[in-house]
Parts: sequence; structure tokens; C-alpha cells
Amino acid sequence: MMTTPLSDAALVAGLRDLRAAAPASVGFGALVATGLADRYAPIDTALGRAFVAWNGRGISWVGQAPDAATFESRFRAEVGRDIAPADALPERLSRAISRRLAGDRRVRIPLDLRGHTAFEVAVWTKALEIPRGEVRPYGWVAAEIGKPKAVRAVGTALAHNPVPLVVPCHRVVRSDGLIGQYSMGGPEAKRRVLGSEGLDTAWLEAEAGRGVRFTGSDTTHIVCNPTCRDARRVTPQHRVTFPSLAAAATAGYRPCKHCRPVSLAA
Amino acid sequence: MDPDDTLARRLAKDLEAGFPDLVDLHRDRLYTIALRLLGDRRDAEEVAQDTLVRAFRAMQGYGADRIASLRLRPWLASIAVNLSRNRRRRADDRQPPSQLEPMLEGGFDVALDGSAGPDQRVDRRETQQELAAALLRLTPSVRAAIVLRHVDGLSVAETADALGRPEGTIKAQVHRGLRELRATLEAEAVAVAARPAPMKTHAGRLLPALEAIR
Repeated sequence: MMTTPLSDAALVAGLRDLRAAAPASVGFGALVATGLADRYAPIDTALGRAFVAWNGRGISWVGQAPDAATFESRFRAEVGRDIAPADALPERLSRAISRRLAGDRRVRIPLDLRGHTAFEVAVWTKALEIPRGEVRPYGWVAAEIGKPKAVRAVGTALAHNPVPLVVPCHRVVRSDGLIGQYSMGGPEAKRRVLGSEGLDTAWLEAEAGRGVRFTGSDTTHIVCNPTCRDARRVTPQHRVTFPSLAAAATAGYRPCKHCRPVSLAA
Repeated sequence: MDPDDTLARRLAKDLEAGFPDLVDLHRDRLYTIALRLLGDRRDAEEVAQDTLVRAFRAMQGYGADRIASLRLRPWLASIAVNLSRNRRRRADDRQPPSQLEPMLEGGFDVALDGSAGPDQRVDRRETQQELAAALLRLTPSVRAAIVLRHVDGLSVAETADALGRPEGTIKAQVHRGLRELRATLEAEAVAVAARPAPMKTHAGRLLPALEAIR
């Protein structure tokens, strides 16, 4: 039966027929890899369930939402890119995030902060330096990034942090020692996150309430931010408190080189 | 105007704005090229995606003039061919050349037009499988020439451009490829025809089915 030779035309038509449609993941995957679209997955945090979005450039967005659909539509509206759910975070990112959230600041987490100002990025990068379990005033961040007068702008930048928890904007508090605002659910949520990191916020606020802004050790004559790891090692009988850095200086105390306390506007 | 020229100009103007259209226009053909070169769906998905990503990164480093003058079809094909070649080499390093059967797993999912009846559909699917398997028996350089010229449908000049070989070489390789494909298919058909009746399954229908595609 197979005696007719196969013509070139038939062969060429058969080859043309070998065209196949790529799975949708190929195109979307390319857009994600180049940072033109994102994927997201849920994560568990001290504040309960949240969602993380990422693309080939890094983590782009962290937010709380009652459900995935709400998160998606918020992301599209705020960021302006397409987004689709993933089964889970890529292993590399999830390991980096959990180590970060556990307080390991040596872990580099790629962040996609395109579209934000250099000032905002400087503020967020600075917040990343604050150790877990400690806080710094807005004025400290402003001074550290070389804009000592931009205290209010620092607060605004922190409120616009697209990746809360990953960039610990919750570790920046008011210069009068009060906890201050928080984008992930107000002061109460901020206390909860800080508490989960081992900070006694009731103690901190009580100290602030009685005018304590800095603490020092009368053996070393070094003055610190109250939550500085070094300050908290000082035993109660050697601990001294100051309402201002000027008062500490007058008493002969030099600023701690780890937490670098700065004078705060009244 | 060639849609690729228009697209290249848009990419030159705003790479990020134009890139999703490049993905839409070229995704299927890049996947097809990799699938027919490698014979494995998963590998083809990765190569196709990687091709798009590499193209984007390359264009990020190009000036607007260079992007505008890109001939996207052969350029993207050349990236896909190179990535497929690297992948095959890595696979060869891991294990000796594999048998055809596992390489063929699954990779045939061309949307079929609804007019074909169930029998024709089976025929066509089997025909595709036979032909795809025969392609994988060609030497890699002949296979690349055939896939770009006759599966993807590039011109001889574009195929030569994509593979970095002279047009004369491409013509010779395409000619040789068609001849070898025919020989493989006809040998298989003869072998099937010679089997006892119950064995005359799909391959016996191959040649008539191919003729029917025309």
C-alpha cells in the first residue's frame, strides 16, 4: 500500500504543521523575569496573613488584604503592572525573607524599588540597618541620610514603604518616643510587630513618657538610644538617663558608635 | 509594513512598553523552535522564556538605532537556537544520547481545527509524532536549518542570518534534511506495512495523512 513516494510539498506542509502554541507561563514568565509583571504568594507574619509580590528584579510589594483578589486589584491600581498568583515564593526569596524577619541583617534581599525617589530609597535602605528588637527616631534616619531637617519627609517616605516588614519601617518611631503611625494597621499593629521582635513597647513608651530620650552607662560614659543593644546590657545601678544629647554631653558622655544617637528637634 | 519593523521601532522608542507585544508575537514560534530542536516540552518552555529574557537584556544594552534596525525574527531565532544547543550539550554531558521515546513525551499540542473528524485527528497527531521523531534523528545543524526554514518559515536568507551560515550551506542542509526525513518516514512505513495486521497501527497511515495535509 505504501508505494507512493512522499512529495517535498507534503513534507513541507507536514513540517509547517509542527508549529505548537507555548503555554501561557512562557510569556508571563518572561514578563516577570524582566520586571514587567509580577507574581505573588501569601506569607505568614507577626500581623497574620499577608501577600508578597515579586519579579525578576526583587520583591516589589508587601501588603495585607482580606483575600488574594483584593491584593491583586490593589497591586494593579498602585503599581500599574499585571500580576498573577504563584504556588509559593521562590525558595531563595522565602529563605531570605524568613531570615530577615528573624533578625539576620546580613541577608541580602533583592528589592524592586523602581519608580520611587532617591530620597525614599535612602530612607528605606537606612531603616534596613536598624536591628531587630530596636527602634530609632525619625530624626535619626533624617540625620543618618544627611537630611537632618527632613524629619517629616522621612515619616512620609516610611508611610509609603511598598515592602513593609521586609523593610522594617516599624522600627522607626516618633522623636518624642511614642510609637507613631504604621501603614500596616496603625500604632497597635506596630506595637505588635515590635513586640514580636522582642521589644517591650510598654516599657519604651513609659520611659518616653517620663522624658527619657537617651540612656548611658556611668562606667563607660557612653550614651545610646534607649533600645540600643549596648544600652540594654547596662545594669540598673549603672544606668543613667538623659532628656537630650546636650545634657549627656554636658555630663561628659560620648555618643555610642553602634547606635549613633543624634540630637532631636523638640 | 512588516509588523516586526514597526515593533522594532517601538522597542527602540520605549523598550518596556513594546516588550509585551514582542512576547505575544514571538512566544509561540520560539517555543516551537526549541520544541522541535530538543523534543522536550519542559526544555522548550525554559528555552523560549529564556530567549525572551535574554533578548530584553540585550536590547537594554543597545542604543535606539541598533534596536530599530534589528531583524527580530532571525535575531530571536538565533538566540533560541543557541540556547537549545547549550541545553542539549549540558544534557549530553549528563547522560549518553537518549532514546527517542522519552524525548518525544507529550510534545504535540497543535490546536486542531474543528473540521477534522476523530479519525483524521488521530492520523494528524500520529503524523506529527512521526515527523517530529524523524526530525530528532537529523544531525543538529541540519535539524536547525530545517526547523527554521520549514517549521518556523524563515526565508533562506533569514535562516542563514540566524544560523550564521552562508545561504548556499543552508540550501544544501535543507535539501539534505528533507531527503533524510523522507527516507526515515518511508522506511518506517515499509516496516509497518510488513508487520502482521494488528501491528499496522499509525505509521502505516503516515504517508497518506501527510499528503492529506497539503
